[in-house]
Amino acid sequence: MSQQNRLKSGGRIARNCQINFSYNNQSYPGFVGDTLASAMLANGIDIVGRSFKYSRPRGIVGAGAEEPNAIMQLGATEATQVPNVRATQQELFNGLVATSTNGWPNVDFDMMGALGSIGAKMMPPGFYYKTFMYPKSMWSSYEKYIRKAAGLGRSPRESDPDRYDHYNQHADIVIVGAGPAGLSAALVAARSGARVIIADEQAEFGGSLLDSTALIDGEPAMQWVTKVVAELAACPEVLMLPRATVNGYHDHNFLTIHERCTDHIADRAPTNTSKQRMHRVRSRWVVLATGSHERPLVFANNDVPGCMLAAAVSTYINRYAVVPGNQLVLMTTNDNAYAAAFDWHAAGREVVAIVDTRSGGAGVQVADKAKSLGIRVISGAAVVEVQGSKRVASVSVSALNSVGDKLTGTLEQLKCDTLASSGGWSPAIHLSCHTGSRPVWSDQVIGFIPGKTVQKQLVVGAINGTFDLHSCLADGTATGEQAVLNAGFKLASGSADSGAASTEIVTENPPMALYHIPHPKPTSRAPKQFVDLQNDVTAAGIEMATLEGFESIEHVKRYTAMGFGTDQGKMGNINGMAIAAKSMRKTIPETGTTIFRPNYTPVTFGAIAGRHCAGLFDPMRFSAMHEWHMENGALFEDVGNWKRPWYFPQAGESMQQALERECLAVRESAGVLDASTLGKIDIQGPDAREFLGRVYANAWAKLAIGKCRYGLMCGEDGMVFDDGVTACLAENHFIMTTTTGGAARVLEWLEIYQQTEWPELDVYFNTVTDHFSTVTVTGPKARKILEAVVDDIDLSNDAFKYMDWKVATVQGIPARIFRISFTGELSFEINVQANYGLRIWQAVMEKGAAYNLTPYGTETMHILRAEKGFIIAGQDTDGSVHPYDLGMGWAVSTKKAFSFIGKRGMQRADCVKEDRKQMVGLKTKDPLQVIPEGSQAVNDPNQPIPMTMLGHVTSSYYSACLGHSIAMAFIRNGHNRMGETVFYPQPDGTAIEAIICSPIFLDPKGERQNV
Amino acid sequence: MFYIYCPHCEEHREEEEFHAAGEAHIPRPLDPDQCTDQEWGEYLFFRNNPRGIHHELWVHAIGCRKFFNMTRDTQNYEIKEVYKIGQQPNITGASEAAAAKEGV
Repeated sequence: MSQQNRLKSGGRIARNCQINFSYNNQSYPGFVGDTLASAMLANGIDIVGRSFKYSRPRGIVGAGAEEPNAIMQLGATEATQVPNVRATQQELFNGLVATSTNGWPNVDFDMMGALGSIGAKMMPPGFYYKTFMYPKSMWSSYEKYIRKAAGLGRSPRESDPDRYDHYNQHADIVIVGAGPAGLSAALVAARSGARVIIADEQAEFGGSLLDSTALIDGEPAMQWVTKVVAELAACPEVLMLPRATVNGYHDHNFLTIHERCTDHIADRAPTNTSKQRMHRVRSRWVVLATGSHERPLVFANNDVPGCMLAAAVSTYINRYAVVPGNQLVLMTTNDNAYAAAFDWHAAGREVVAIVDTRSGGAGVQVADKAKSLGIRVISGAAVVEVQGSKRVASVSVSALNSVGDKLTGTLEQLKCDTLASSGGWSPAIHLSCHTGSRPVWSDQVIGFIPGKTVQKQLVVGAINGTFDLHSCLADGTATGEQAVLNAGFKLASGSADSGAASTEIVTENPPMALYHIPHPKPTSRAPKQFVDLQNDVTAAGIEMATLEGFESIEHVKRYTAMGFGTDQGKMGNINGMAIAAKSMRKTIPETGTTIFRPNYTPVTFGAIAGRHCAGLFDPMRFSAMHEWHMENGALFEDVGNWKRPWYFPQAGESMQQALERECLAVRESAGVLDASTLGKIDIQGPDAREFLGRVYANAWAKLAIGKCRYGLMCGEDGMVFDDGVTACLAENHFIMTTTTGGAARVLEWLEIYQQTEWPELDVYFNTVTDHFSTVTVTGPKARKILEAVVDDIDLSNDAFKYMDWKVATVQGIPARIFRISFTGELSFEINVQANYGLRIWQAVMEKGAAYNLTPYGTETMHILRAEKGFIIAGQDTDGSVHPYDLGMGWAVSTKKAFSFIGKRGMQRADCVKEDRKQMVGLKTKDPLQVIPEGSQAVNDPNQPIPMTMLGHVTSSYYSACLGHSIAMAFIRNGHNRMGETVFYPQPDGTAIEAIICSPIFLDPKGERQNV
Repeated sequence: MFYIYCPHCEEHREEEEFHAAGEAHIPRPLDPDQCTDQEWGEYLFFRNNPRGIHHELWVHAIGCRKFFNMTRDTQNYEIKEVYKIGQQPNITGASEAAAAKEGV
């Protein structure tokens, strides 16, 4: 076993469970309980990546979500690749495969690093804007270069084999964070009987207590945590979610919690287990106990591997029994960070010195402890520079004035391999910011804390700038009580151990507000002082941005890319703002802060998608005859959510051949169409007829029972938006058909007018689209086929007229038959209760075989109706054409007493002007040439660009029946241009010549449908 | 995502069940034929876009299919009240401004 940095004892790891993992194709040992980061440190891995711009070697800095460097690509197989995983947050499992994201050809010898000066020159601050703007054509090359150089990870090239779930949850109180404050609040909330969810991103509850040596109620802090967790687990209304990050805090107390159920077990989730869950939680009250992130200090070469956060050092030693080096120098602005040196000392390794930037040093308690351990403390000083390339070799220390802006002594060099720094703690205000609440600066906290809350939200603990354990416990209890009362519950009474847990009160010397350590050279000349390690943003870069005139902190952020990475500036943002403020001679509150937005940490697409993948991505609708269509080789077209047969190719047929065969069959003998998908709305009530007259452009007052009528539906602007046939079933009962895609919209249209404008009309609507299957038999032989399947009624032209409907029995099944036609041929539409659809379809096919009855799909339907000049709403209309533009003035009744919807709109000046685009037909000069739909008409194909465009082609096909191509198109003033020639320029430089004609190409008198 | 109280169903439901249908209290002119183009244009095309209190028409689309009105603050998305068609809002931009003035 190597693990040279692993301590012999201690830590919350299972030493009897040794496991192996692979990092950059090399195998290493670790323990269950490790994170990938702690295991890497245990094995002495210093370099975990190369930096974004300068390609400098980088090591692990933090121990949690704030980690900017240790960003790994995970996955043992192609399908299980996950990019941008923070090694500090990934629990170790046996067989874990990680590779560093950045560094080419590898992290230890990096070509980019050798060429670093080129990268640096290419990427000054604002490089996105400066370097890559011109010439535009070069962008693809730039992007390739950037992507290769930048550690953005990669997505898998195969489908994710795992399952992800969405959970919808409702809670009275959600507590975010299970540290001392969150647990104290949860305990009170749980005891009240409220429904509580407590979520924490870590594998274990405890937060800062997981690596603390503090005592609570006289016992090690984690014993208190164990007791609290046990009590919470016993409460039936409490849901505890470890490994669950509250990533978003949305409107109306809606939280998205990303739970990683099996990421700690294996590369893939075990069988029948979902890998991750997204909890979508609506809560009455929310308690944010999200803690804080330690800030490093900014000094020269502060990115050399071995430079770490002080608290991270403590975490690795106490929680994972890993000492990430041999000789430590600690630089701190506060008492709190001394613990890192004490823990290091306790681990048996050398503490070279504690460099305290405060001239007064630490408070009595920690100062005495340092003294008793024999640790050298240098007060009123700072580490100004680190020496070393792949690992810290030494540091230079100098005396510092009391405000921290000038060095006052000579440099002393200290040999060490680890430099821990602490500039204090930045409250983790991210979730509070998600709600739109502006954070406020606190000089006392030396950080931003949540400002006026927008949601039903309480904040407690370090997020509020309360850093000492005693106050966190007490405030947690008090806040829990407040949340209970706010949520409408009563506090549990008579509990013997109610009240906050107790712990030692530590008196500290106040921390120093210091961010950026001065250097003997000016910032622009000194070795690089990094602010944002992930994006390689330096103090000099931020100063340059302000010198170039960027005054808003939001602009500085975007110009420098500070806080842009996966870490979202958790470590560096405050330092960057402080440097920008100082450079502009302002205070931090004057400069302000950028605002955090969801998500707090990266979320996998799997968790976002949940089960809404493949067949469940968007619902699919099938008619009752779908199976028959499949068996008979139909190709399908999506219409709304419906899968409609597109056409039915036979063996060896091209699409065009199939369409021509289907079209000719309809015109010569008979065809059959599944029309079940058309929208159907049942309309009932004494005022149904009046209502129809108001929403349709034509008249409905005299439509007799047993009759059908075609109607155009317009908006208030007079523009056509849907059409269809409505039949009068009884005096107070109608059934309306709509376009397949427009059904839901039309129903809502009817409802909104009835409910909001004309509530006095007694009329009711219901969607019955799914209630009926519709078999449309059309063609000269349609009557013969109908006669063979209809049991009871006379189908002759005298008994059953065009635009009539009748009740009939078809093969023993009650049916409504409508004699309406969308092909121009003799047509019958058989409507039966939906589940009989297939049976009726099969019967029709059987009896129709003698007449060459041919099934056809939507594409053939389109050609057939275009031959007749029938519009399809949505294809031949686009919300800018009224009935007169379509040449359908016959479908508008201006005599109706009520000013129907669309009437006033059609009379606007723009709608009655002369040169509107109008619907016409087109015949091409070359009868075989089909004009591409969307082509624009011009009068003169040789006119220089920009040409005068007259309108576009909406429908265009080759008509086998007519033997030439046909098209429907809009032409400016087209109704007055019959017989004239227009041209359709094409992308290849040619222009298609066409003659304007009536859009009714076949049987203009409508005789074929009346036989 | 909003959490909306449907005044017809009389319970809170997720926003996914609803959708907005534009500004509330835009009555169709009783006699459209008597409207000038200007008046008809105002009715058809012009809507308020206030910063703050806004009255909106919503429909419980995948619920009871009924329309209702909502008073909503466009700055923080707070839903101030919901009320049925034909009723008037209790909270308006003016009433909020008056309350704020009193508060000072």
